[in-house]
Amino acid sequence: MRDMTTPIVELKAVSKQFELQGERIEALRDANLRVRKGEFVCLIGASGCGKSTLLRIVAGFEQTTRGDALMWGKPIDGPAPDRGMVFQDYGLFPWLTVRSNIGFGPAARGRPSAEIRDTVERFMGLVGLQRFAEAYPHQLSGGMKQRVAIARVLANDAELVLMDEPFGALDAMTRERLQDELLEIWQRTGLSVMFVTHSIEEAIFLADRVVVMSPGPGRIESEMTIDLPRPRDVSAPDFNDIRRELARKLHSNLARKAA
Amino acid sequence: MSASTETTLVATPETKPAERPAFLGGWRQLLLTFAFPLAVLVFWHFATYGQKYSLIPPPNDVAEALYDLAFGGINDDAFSVTLHIHLLASLSRVYGGFALAAAVALPIGLMIGRIPVVRQLLDPTFQVLRPIPVTAWLPLAMIMFGLGPRSAFFLVFLGAFYPILINTIFGVRSVDPRLFEAASMLGCQGSSQFFKVVLPASLPAIFTGLRLGLGFAWVVIVVGEMTGVQTGLGAIIMEARQLSRTEIVICGMIVIGVAGFISDRLVMLLGRRLLRWSPGHA
Repeated sequence: MRDMTTPIVELKAVSKQFELQGERIEALRDANLRVRKGEFVCLIGASGCGKSTLLRIVAGFEQTTRGDALMWGKPIDGPAPDRGMVFQDYGLFPWLTVRSNIGFGPAARGRPSAEIRDTVERFMGLVGLQRFAEAYPHQLSGGMKQRVAIARVLANDAELVLMDEPFGALDAMTRERLQDELLEIWQRTGLSVMFVTHSIEEAIFLADRVVVMSPGPGRIESEMTIDLPRPRDVSAPDFNDIRRELARKLHSNLARKAA
Repeated sequence: MSASTETTLVATPETKPAERPAFLGGWRQLLLTFAFPLAVLVFWHFATYGQKYSLIPPPNDVAEALYDLAFGGINDDAFSVTLHIHLLASLSRVYGGFALAAAVALPIGLMIGRIPVVRQLLDPTFQVLRPIPVTAWLPLAMIMFGLGPRSAFFLVFLGAFYPILINTIFGVRSVDPRLFEAASMLGCQGSSQFFKVVLPASLPAIFTGLRLGLGFAWVVIVVGEMTGVQTGLGAIIMEARQLSRTEIVICGMIVIGVAGFISDRLVMLLGRRLLRWSPGHA
């Protein structure tokens, strides 16, 4: 099944409705999306456009109301280690050290302890946290917590990393540094990434392809392939051209909705 | 970027592990700690010392009585050298009742917090029983367990039970749902989440419950030992009251205070070791 033509993730006419205080909310309507193995896809849109819902459906935290969510052609029926989520609020286990947080997945899946030790060392090295191996999450800064969250997902052999505004709560400096590190890890490991953000610049800097979504009801509006060479320069003229075009797409959606 | 430059880039700690700030110098701390008790002692002394018909004995009489209670050699009466007997009796009831309360309240609390059926089955009953003061159980306890130490033991159990139960339920119910998502995407699903997520996440609240429960156990022990019990700090207070030996009554109070304080400190030390990860406890 895993040839070049099967996408790692495929959404076919996915809709999702919520019941909120007796009111029906249409979080997502008829979303179609294919993500290829090794691709870095950014989902962008105003709040309420369903980008987080889409990600949570792929993660298996939410079920679709209609339509199919597939991974390697098989229906997604719940969370699993092959799809690791990196949350904006980290979701680290506060009672575990950095080392044990990263080793949580392998341990939960019953890997032998020598293997767990090696895996943890490798991924702590990858995100540069060896010195903080025995620290607890409350002793770490936001940037360091997010590195642990990324390492935790990678240490668990995730093929697909789902990131829900992972750098949204970080300061600009830390955010840029983590973007660089993430790209480096992505290029080194051949992971597939689905990355939700509301920053146009972040999306263009990171993505192979940007998916533009719009609210009320949440839906996929358009897609844009970013073929700028990497590493990308945010101040380059062609970067700016893409930024302008993407901004126009985002705002035209909003304007149409307001009209 | 090579691995080594990456390490040097990243290794700058953005926050250092928290350190305890030393707001107060050692002497200032010591002075603040003892200033108020000393003032009380001085007031007590001048209000009672040399008064012919004072019903409250002055501090030095109490100190003498306490020494006699512990080591003898001053009064050599029925109270001399009996402190260890009473203290041990009370300690065993406090810790016995507390241990039993913990053994019963923890599993019930975990189940009420985690299993809806158990919650629907048990929670209303406990909610109604909870406001009943432990002392109101005394007559019923005497009927069920007879006059004596077993009633005291039961009351201690009851006093410690509710704080442990309520805090355990609270702890289990307030686990961040995000942690369940994180655990399940990492391959820890179903019942194994109970030991890997629910239990550690609710440990701080459980611990608060244990600490409160032990505190209540010390409060209740005196009431429990005041009727028909021969030994124990509550018993010695009641006996001394009947003989108008007020200095012995005060000795009993002091010993309870100190013992309760020490036992609370021990629990706190234990908590600091177990809950190093929790910002509120470390």
